[in-house]
Amino acid sequence: MVQAVIRRRPRREAAIAQSRGLMSDLLARIAKERDDAAFRELFETYAGRIRSFMLRMGADPGVADELTQETLFAVWRKADQYSADKGAAATWIFTIARNLRIDKLRRETPWQELPDEVAAAIPSEEVPVDEAIASAELQERVRRVLAELSREQREVVTLAYIDGLSHGQIAERLSLPLGTVKSRMRLAYQKVRAALEQIT
Amino acid sequence: MTVSPSKHPDDATLMSYAAGGLSEPLAAVVAVHVVLCQRCRAEMRALDALGGLLLADCPVGPLRQSTVPARPEEGGARLVRPEPIGEALLPDPFLRRFGLDAKPLAWRRLAPGIRQIRLRLSGGVPGDLRLLNIAPGRAMPVHGHGGTELTLVLSGSFHDATGRYGRGDIQDVDDEVEHQPIVEEDGCICLVASERRARFKGLVSRLLQPLTGM
Repeated sequence: MVQAVIRRRPRREAAIAQSRGLMSDLLARIAKERDDAAFRELFETYAGRIRSFMLRMGADPGVADELTQETLFAVWRKADQYSADKGAAATWIFTIARNLRIDKLRRETPWQELPDEVAAAIPSEEVPVDEAIASAELQERVRRVLAELSREQREVVTLAYIDGLSHGQIAERLSLPLGTVKSRMRLAYQKVRAALEQIT
Repeated sequence: MTVSPSKHPDDATLMSYAAGGLSEPLAAVVAVHVVLCQRCRAEMRALDALGGLLLADCPVGPLRQSTVPARPEEGGARLVRPEPIGEALLPDPFLRRFGLDAKPLAWRRLAPGIRQIRLRLSGGVPGDLRLLNIAPGRAMPVHGHGGTELTLVLSGSFHDATGRYGRGDIQDVDDEVEHQPIVEEDGCICLVASERRARFKGLVSRLLQPLTGM
């Protein structure tokens, strides 16, 4: 089971990579023209993945369908709030799916959606290097980090992000001490941070 | 006024927050910290990007016919749009979520020099989330024992052996940590979450202990 979780899927990754540039164009067409064909295309790329994502956290198939629809409807409604310089389309879609999943499966309200615009609104004396990194560059760096994670690091990261497990649940699933799970996660995080800190 | 907290959540805590795996009380505290902390906001962008890539890497599951919409209906928006908070104590979405937006905060006396507001978590969610308002010179309650405990300073400050904590700073401890935090002259309002239910009895007894020299 865990093996399946961490197995790389190079072909699918490549397919998404090719359409990556397209995704933000599709979102722009949805926002500006309420373009049905653009939505359809985005739907075809993401619906099956989002459904897998929802199923992994233990949603039953009916709930997974419902959450998949809700996520993609939110994408349709909020396409005008997406801007490519804030992050990749995939990142934005992930945050919507994640928040809806938290809301539904844990009966929590999605006020976690606090970041980003607040950042823009709070006056700051200096913009740190990280915030100045263009989103395409950020995406590329994070992609490299993901490829460089050790098998063990990728395993805990995937169980956290995709299966939605807490530190304690991951420890239980892998029969590892809690401290080991946290330290693997910290190591993965340090690679993300290092990628942010590299100055091009 | 620029807030630049110097004390952040543990890396593993922040990653778990980005992944959506933190329990509600802990996520509540981290969400407010992220609003107040430029560094963690920047890092959240990268952590969210990691989620986007992992989602894109998910296998394509089969869809039922009913999943595929003809054209989405409008309306029913549920995600909260964030708003700037400047020097406000807490973000509006947070106040609304916990029913604190309509009236002035109703502090209840817990012990001499200490007032609190307990926040109601979603049904069935374990843990404890409360606002504490502590007078200068008092000891901060330490009510851990069992799981992660997060303390976020909203105004004023406290200090302990690990340093000084001011607005936006977060103390992320697990049960192994022992500390004796002391509230500074400006008092301290903080948001405290624990993963499991706080041991209220222990908390009260700690609070009732005045510090030497008071």
